[in-house]
Amino acid sequence: MADAKVIPFDDDRSRGAAAQRPARRRSAGSRRKGGGEQAAVREQAGAREQAGAREPGAVRESGAVRESGAVREVQPLAGRIPAQEDVHVTRENTETGAERQPHDEAGLERRVARGLAFLRRRLTGDYEVDDFGYDEELTDQVLMSLLRPVYEKYFRVEVKGIENIPAEGGALIVANHSGTLPLDGLMMQVAVHDHHPENRHLRLLAADLVFVLPVVNELARKLGHTLACAEDAGRLLEQGELVGVMPEGFKGIGKPFGERYKLQRFGRGGFVSTALRQGAPIIPCSIVGAEEIYPMIGNAKTLARVLGIPYFPLTPTFPWLGPLGAVPLPTKWTIQFGEPIVTDGYPPEAAEDPMLMFNLTDQVREQIQHTLYKLLVQRRSVFF
Amino acid sequence: MLVTGVARQLGGRFVRRIQRDPEVDRVVAVDAVPPEHHLGGADFIQTDIRQPSIARVLAESGADTVVHMDVTGTPLGSGSRASVKETNVIGTMQLLGACQKSPNVKRLVIKSSTNVYGSAPKDPAVFTETTPPKSLPSGGFAKDTVEVEGYVRGFARRRPDVAVCVLRFANILGPTADTPLVSYFSLPVLPTVLGYDPRLQFVHEDDVIDVLRIAAHEPARGTLNSGTFNIAGDGVLLLSQCSRRLGRPTVPLLLPAVTWAGSLVRTLGMSDFSPEQIRLLTHGRVVDTVQMRETLGFRPKYTTAQTFADFVRAQAPGLLPPGAVAAAVDRIAALPALHGGHTVPKDPTRTATKSSPKTPSQSAN
Repeated sequence: MADAKVIPFDDDRSRGAAAQRPARRRSAGSRRKGGGEQAAVREQAGAREQAGAREPGAVRESGAVRESGAVREVQPLAGRIPAQEDVHVTRENTETGAERQPHDEAGLERRVARGLAFLRRRLTGDYEVDDFGYDEELTDQVLMSLLRPVYEKYFRVEVKGIENIPAEGGALIVANHSGTLPLDGLMMQVAVHDHHPENRHLRLLAADLVFVLPVVNELARKLGHTLACAEDAGRLLEQGELVGVMPEGFKGIGKPFGERYKLQRFGRGGFVSTALRQGAPIIPCSIVGAEEIYPMIGNAKTLARVLGIPYFPLTPTFPWLGPLGAVPLPTKWTIQFGEPIVTDGYPPEAAEDPMLMFNLTDQVREQIQHTLYKLLVQRRSVFF
Repeated sequence: MLVTGVARQLGGRFVRRIQRDPEVDRVVAVDAVPPEHHLGGADFIQTDIRQPSIARVLAESGADTVVHMDVTGTPLGSGSRASVKETNVIGTMQLLGACQKSPNVKRLVIKSSTNVYGSAPKDPAVFTETTPPKSLPSGGFAKDTVEVEGYVRGFARRRPDVAVCVLRFANILGPTADTPLVSYFSLPVLPTVLGYDPRLQFVHEDDVIDVLRIAAHEPARGTLNSGTFNIAGDGVLLLSQCSRRLGRPTVPLLLPAVTWAGSLVRTLGMSDFSPEQIRLLTHGRVVDTVQMRETLGFRPKYTTAQTFADFVRAQAPGLLPPGAVAAAVDRIAALPALHGGHTVPKDPTRTATKSSPKTPSQSAN
């Protein structure tokens, strides 16, 4: 079991560190490391002898990702800590830089215990959510693990410029929006969480339609999304959160395939004045690959009006193939975070100045559009 | 000091408590029906605030502070919804009219509710005192509070010399509270709306009494107690968390079914499960309490979670007490098979872990 986890990493290396690192994180359960470290080390000492054959691979591997900090090395094992300690020590992260090999039985036992401790907390309601309904534990342990295979294996997302996201404090990430279904937002959330050295959580701003739909609204709230309005965005930035917004809205996500990678109007630029009020930097983000997942060749407007949704997409496969047609095309994605645009140099009344708003909005828009073109030129093919 | 709505538990408690404060000389307690609890030496005057006689009572008492607590969602004893609405709206109008004529009144405290914000998916996640509601409440208690606050604003304009304090309370919970939400949480099985997990905020009874005292007295140094304030405990609980902590299983129903069942129950007169109650349990509501802390200078003793824990202690145990659930999980953890290191027991655990948080009900065990 443990072998199966470790060995493929080495083989995967040709795909590049970007795709590889998250693979390791997944087995980690990023929360509950630390605590039981000492015990784990002791147990592992035995394990390492047995697993001697695997050792060189692990060492080489650690060298390959050394630049990302030795911290990451602990994570594959970190999840497998003994049961009792797990329950008590859950949240403190004292990470050490030792590499370890998973031990079959002990590892499994710890994972089971961890799962049960998690189950117990969930079933007794002993967990916390914030004012927006964001359930950090559920997001980290369950929802992210469900999104991660899509992110890594299906869309094979490549992330660039993650260093442009500050390590702390509020920042507004502004991205292009495309793909008929808002998968790009979710992928951006995984990208930020898995690649940022601080594992920051992205709080997305979503359309009101999201909060009208049953089930969708519940999941969105638990993933930390909230309604795209100035009040919520301002409040999150004030709390020092990383906020993600896609100002194109339905105009961007529901545009026909022929207009792919042409940025639509950026609303009224409300996001700029919100960022300005909080003095938060704006980070332009360009997402390539999402446009092609559902090539929208038509729009059944009447049907959309009847259903009360902004557009009803007709793609080469949907709705002709039924649910099968709703499977997105496996395109290769690139997400690039650009240079931050600082906003804290402006006087407080600047947020009311419409000319400045339009200028800044255009600046952000231009930067995203240019990066999009650049990435498109570099792209080898849509699918690889 | 004149206090209305003393026949209710909360009003009675407030009257008993406020008399111990040194600033208070005399308390005149008013309600349409005599209270079943004692009022600790306050003068009880039985009068219906819907009648003009309240003006005479106010003039005779010479009160300088009026605390209006008779804005409620549930009828006392066997009242109908119509009479509750009349007491809320007409009663407030009469009382405000009486206050306007009385030269003695210096301070007016109104017990309102965060219901004024309504609950809609298009609202911001957190309401501040100035957030305009996207959809005004269409009826029921929520509409009453909106109208009451409208009349109070009119009064504040006409009598700028009176300090008016409107306290918008989140859902009041506690061992003795009697609100529609309390009766909802006492159901053996909680019907919920499928696909929605509302965020709820609670405020403890004890904190309600304390904040009413702050509002009824002279403001402390550096604080201001006239204006509109949201009052709620810190933090948020999801309805699914509430049901798990309470140990009562949930039955998710489709929204139309819940609305239909609610109106059926209302028609049969079994309970007042109003549409706005259903909206609250669908979309939830969270208010911002920065004004309460910084302007009013009030820090609640109980957080939302502590309030709920205190409420749970006073309730009979549910069908799935959290302790029993936890013990069951511990028993699974203690199974010898799990420590043998076989792969067999791992699978059910993992699948249960994956599926349980997504289902609002406690079906995993």
